[in-house]
Amino acid sequence: MRLSPDEIIFWQQGFIKLNATIVFTWALMFVLAGGAKLITRNLATGLERSRWQNLLEVVVTGIEKQIEEVGLKHPRKFLPFLGTLFLFVASASLCTVIPGYEPPTGSLSTTAALALCVFVAVPLFGIEEQGLGGYFKSYMEPTIFMLPFNIISEISRTLALAVRLFGNMMSGGMIIAILLSITPFLFPLVMTALGLLTGMVQAYIFSILATVYIAAAAHVRKEKPEGITNHETMNDDSKRR
Amino acid sequence: MLIDWFTITAQALNFLILVWLLKRFLYKPILHALDAREKRIATELADADTKKADAQKERDEFQHKNEEFAHQRAALLNKATAEAEAERQRLLDEARQAAVTLRAKQQESLRDEQRSLHQALSRRTSQEVFAIARKALNDLADTSLEERMVDVFMRRLRALKGKEKEALVSALKASPDPLIVRTTFGLSPALATATEEAIKETLGLEMQVRFETAPGLISGIELAANGKKVAWSIAEYLNSLEQGVAELLKDKNSPAAAEALSPEEPQPVP
Repeated sequence: MRLSPDEIIFWQQGFIKLNATIVFTWALMFVLAGGAKLITRNLATGLERSRWQNLLEVVVTGIEKQIEEVGLKHPRKFLPFLGTLFLFVASASLCTVIPGYEPPTGSLSTTAALALCVFVAVPLFGIEEQGLGGYFKSYMEPTIFMLPFNIISEISRTLALAVRLFGNMMSGGMIIAILLSITPFLFPLVMTALGLLTGMVQAYIFSILATVYIAAAAHVRKEKPEGITNHETMNDDSKRR
Repeated sequence: MLIDWFTITAQALNFLILVWLLKRFLYKPILHALDAREKRIATELADADTKKADAQKERDEFQHKNEEFAHQRAALLNKATAEAEAERQRLLDEARQAAVTLRAKQQESLRDEQRSLHQALSRRTSQEVFAIARKALNDLADTSLEERMVDVFMRRLRALKGKEKEALVSALKASPDPLIVRTTFGLSPALATATEEAIKETLGLEMQVRFETAPGLISGIELAANGKKVAWSIAEYLNSLEQGVAELLKDKNSPAAAEALSPEEPQPVP
């Protein structure tokens, strides 16, 4: 039983190897970047535009709006990172309809790499927004005793991010493989459709969680002390009365 | 082994490259196009607003001008009407004045014509009267008109009495000029001598007498000096003749005129 496309190795030289995960990732990258370049080669700035341009505009503005709704005031700064996360995971799931295709997200190495990227990006965006002291101070909120718990929370959520996506994608592929061997025609088709749905949902979940983590690091932690201060002041006033 | 560290590294790198690629080829151009479109739409909307405002302004201005023009037109029309009315009045007055003047001139010329006709008639009448009298006297009494005229004149001169005579004498004496006797016709030397003697004798004056012929004289013979005169003339005959003719004409015209006027004349209330 093959659990991950990592196991399909096309070429290997010592430590370096070329497995299916990397190859399909490259293929996806080529399709995404090549398609984007092809469509955005001659963009119209007027009211008339091509349907492909329209599609890309809908996708980009949709992602931008989602980021904004989560609470990030300047979504364009986070758009390349979060948008690419969503597009990569979504397209990786979407291509499962192609026979012989192995989703790179079905490899724990890929999801772990993505989760690691998020793990690194969150403090980077947080430090950029709040400054170095402000960001690390947020780990010691409300008391310094919360520091280990905050660090554990940070690591565990990254782990959860990686395993959740891997589990879902891997299980989807696994279920199809098992069903193919039991009931060939109808059920695998239904499960593929369901797999597409879960793939899209996972893409959304992955990117929206990343957005929430970044927003929490960059934005919410900044406003929280002000709210507490106001609350405490009000309590003090009521006690005086 | 589910986790392969080389693959993780490679995938992370791949992901970062993809981020860069998509940023380069997808997000940047699409967002740029969106911004450009929004900017263009905003510009077009602003332009449209400006044009609308301009159009509104122009419309207001045009309306204002139109109203002003209408006012001006009405004022000009009123002025022109008033001027035309004044001109009409002036022309009418002028025409009326001209008509009045013309009528007055016509009346004046008519009067002149009547007067000259009257004079010509009088002269002609007197000539006729003299001619008739001369002929009648010649035929009937074998004497001339001039003789009879001088006769009558001398009789009148002699008939002067009292104050009248004194007044005439004093007037004649006061006059520096010689005595002048005017006659319509030239007197014969015998008649002239007789007349001169009669005047000297009657008035008791030793003055030179001069005879003058005045064809235009209506009267036959006169002696005049300093506002006093003794004369015999046929003026009274002519006057009575004139009156007779006038009455005759009046009698002839009045019934027709009366008849023509009678239907329109209101009846006097008794």
